[in-house]
Amino acid sequence: MKLNKWMKKSQHPLLRTEAVWVALTLIIVFASLRYDDFLSPYNIESFFSYNSMFILISIGMCFVIMTGGIDLSVGGVVALSSVMVAYVSPYGIVTALIVGALTGLICGLINAVVIIRLRIAPFIATLAMMLASRGVALLVSGKQSVPISWEGSFPEYGMGLMFDLIPWPVVVCLVIAIMAWVLLEKMPFGRAVLAVGEDEEAAKLMGLKVNKTITLVYVISGVLAGLAGVTLAASFGAGQPAEGVGWELIAISAVVVGGTLLTGGLGSITASIAGVVLMGLIFNILNFENGYGSFTISTYWQSVIRGLFLLLVLIIQAEVLKRLRNKKTAQ
Amino acid sequence: MNWDSPILQVTGISKSFNNIPALNSIDLSLNPGEVRALIGQNGAGKSTLIKILNGAYTLDSGSILFDNKQVQYSSPYQAQLDGMSTIFQEVNLLGYRTVAENIMAGREIKRYGLIDWAACNKFADEAVKILGLDIDVTRTLDSFNVAIQQLIAIARSVSFNAKVLIMDEPTASLDEAEKKTLFKVVKDLKTQGVAILYVSHHLEELFEICDSVSVMRDGRMIETSLIKDLTKKDMVAKMLGKRVEDILSDENARPKVCANDEVILHVEKISGSGVLKEVTFELKKGEILGLAGLLGSGRSEVAKRIFGAEQDDSYQGKISINDITIGVNGPKIAIEKGIAFCSEDRKNEGIIPEMSVRENMSLVILDSLSKNGLIDKEKEMALVDSYIKKLGIKVSDMEQPISQLSGGNQQKVLLARWMANNPEVLILDEPTRGIDVGAKSEITDLILSLAEQGLSVLFISSEYEEISASCHKVLVMQEGISRDYLHYDEISENAILDELGKH
Repeated sequence: MKLNKWMKKSQHPLLRTEAVWVALTLIIVFASLRYDDFLSPYNIESFFSYNSMFILISIGMCFVIMTGGIDLSVGGVVALSSVMVAYVSPYGIVTALIVGALTGLICGLINAVVIIRLRIAPFIATLAMMLASRGVALLVSGKQSVPISWEGSFPEYGMGLMFDLIPWPVVVCLVIAIMAWVLLEKMPFGRAVLAVGEDEEAAKLMGLKVNKTITLVYVISGVLAGLAGVTLAASFGAGQPAEGVGWELIAISAVVVGGTLLTGGLGSITASIAGVVLMGLIFNILNFENGYGSFTISTYWQSVIRGLFLLLVLIIQAEVLKRLRNKKTAQ
Repeated sequence: MNWDSPILQVTGISKSFNNIPALNSIDLSLNPGEVRALIGQNGAGKSTLIKILNGAYTLDSGSILFDNKQVQYSSPYQAQLDGMSTIFQEVNLLGYRTVAENIMAGREIKRYGLIDWAACNKFADEAVKILGLDIDVTRTLDSFNVAIQQLIAIARSVSFNAKVLIMDEPTASLDEAEKKTLFKVVKDLKTQGVAILYVSHHLEELFEICDSVSVMRDGRMIETSLIKDLTKKDMVAKMLGKRVEDILSDENARPKVCANDEVILHVEKISGSGVLKEVTFELKKGEILGLAGLLGSGRSEVAKRIFGAEQDDSYQGKISINDITIGVNGPKIAIEKGIAFCSEDRKNEGIIPEMSVRENMSLVILDSLSKNGLIDKEKEMALVDSYIKKLGIKVSDMEQPISQLSGGNQQKVLLARWMANNPEVLILDEPTRGIDVGAKSEITDLILSLAEQGLSVLFISSEYEEISASCHKVLVMQEGISRDYLHYDEISENAILDELGKH
């Protein structure tokens, strides 16, 4: 009993992660009953290879949003990183990962400096970086996709499987996800992120290093976007300067669907990942429907459907919160 | 108490901002186990002194001797680490986080590089137990009331081995019962040898817990004496730099009864919002009606209900102004019918901090200041200027951001905002919360003169003294139900408590 009390950590009632898990379960059950190939190794493999990129940027976005900030530059950084990585692809995957991460780190660091030193709102600062990184990617590549070297270990990262089972990008993504979870739930840095997001002044008075924390979340977001760029180049066989448009919005919606507060202070890594999977599955299911030939939906309509679905989940979340509040005041 | 070896000795501290002196050679010494009141009007320099002590500001000259060593901290956190903690007026903790996380923030106990929550919770549990608090430290902070949160802030400070505790208006948002809990903790800390510097505008509570009192005025330390040698009137006189007799004659000049019989506002059996059960009263022209009752009795909800500030399907009952029934269709209708409302939460529901004094003041009457959809800025400026003069609002100019003003001056701007709309009924919810004695009496005077001119005022306050000083009549509220009226000559703290005890 006593021990139980020490181990327990209460979740704040404003953090609603249930909606995303319930929706995810329902959609998986529905899809696996309706489509024979839904649970096939091929579908699962390709689903996660592709979505590992969104999981990476959503983890970074989750940290940023928990501090009350926003990072609109991730899509551009992914594109820039994929171009840089394509150029160094002859030197193997390790070099590529380092170059990708470094590209993201530099972008994230610039974001942080602009936000902290120049006191420019994150929305504007990262919007500028979104345009700048995209511009650099297009400049460096001459508006063309940059083919990778098919020699050496780099293409293997995009095509190969670890233990003949898991795609390499998924392995990296999994490791990052675990590290992110530990960072948020088990380390002082995670507490600082949430504290800064809820009340910067209070965090300062508690002796927490506010600027260092803010710097780190933008660096994390940048690095993870850089790593997503490595995956992009490896799995598509080329650096893609025009790819990644609108990805920041996908990441933001995944994080929000996962229950993380846009105002900061409360959030969950696992639920954000669930959010990515949920949003990805809607595409996946629409593809299956197209394959069945029962009807054909253009990608534009897919986008509309996804938007409506996002709205639906958010309405459910808001409803749950409202009921909760009413219950509280009635007591 | 050891009066010979002070734990804190401040000598000759001076501080200027832009060459304007804020503190002028302040001396102060504090003994272990002493509770010292620090009083003074806003602008007297109390906050500056506190901020110099805890390292938020650096001093220009002078010295601070703390625990026999010369100190000058670089931040309030540094001061806290060293045993000098500040408890701020607003709870500076994190509502979303657990009690334990709040107490341990910045110094979590780790094992293998990861936070050892079991150890953290245990440490936090012991820290709150020292203050006699029996709470589950794994619950989130915002599941507790403000008083407990305040005590948790103290628990955090004490767990840093605090030797000096600076408390800045700690009772500002507490009700009577919560204050008692806080005072008990203060007394406990005193017996443990902690020295406390207690800043408060509530002079009556000082007699309950303080040993001595230091009075500041215009950046100078005017006097330090034992509290038993002073009366409340003495303190006010010293703070204002006036003679006691002058203050007394001011107070006696106030009108006692409302002469008018014309009823402006009828409130019949209103209920709803989870708190209100049955509230009925009427407000006459030129009358100041006090609403008294404990926190949670539904006082503020009545105000918001009349103003239409909160819309709720569960609302019932009838409200009419000048015999016209008003619904619950939001504040716009209420404003049109001549109702004005100053919320108790000045910071969040009153001022728009980014806006200037001018913009804040003209918000309600922008329509009448506009011609063809454009704001007539000359008219606006003339109006704002006239109110600044009329109410004696201290501003550098009308374009100054309202957030730079003291609480009292902010409140005056808000009053002007409503007066400009010529209301018939003014609802004031805790209008003098966090406002110093000088500004407080100015605001009270203002309300009295407005009532004399025929404005009806609904006056909500948790300070009985304030209610008895300004109201013609008091309606006692209890658990969402309106009880009896107390008339002018019956109003006293005891009478109100008696009324509450009857039911």
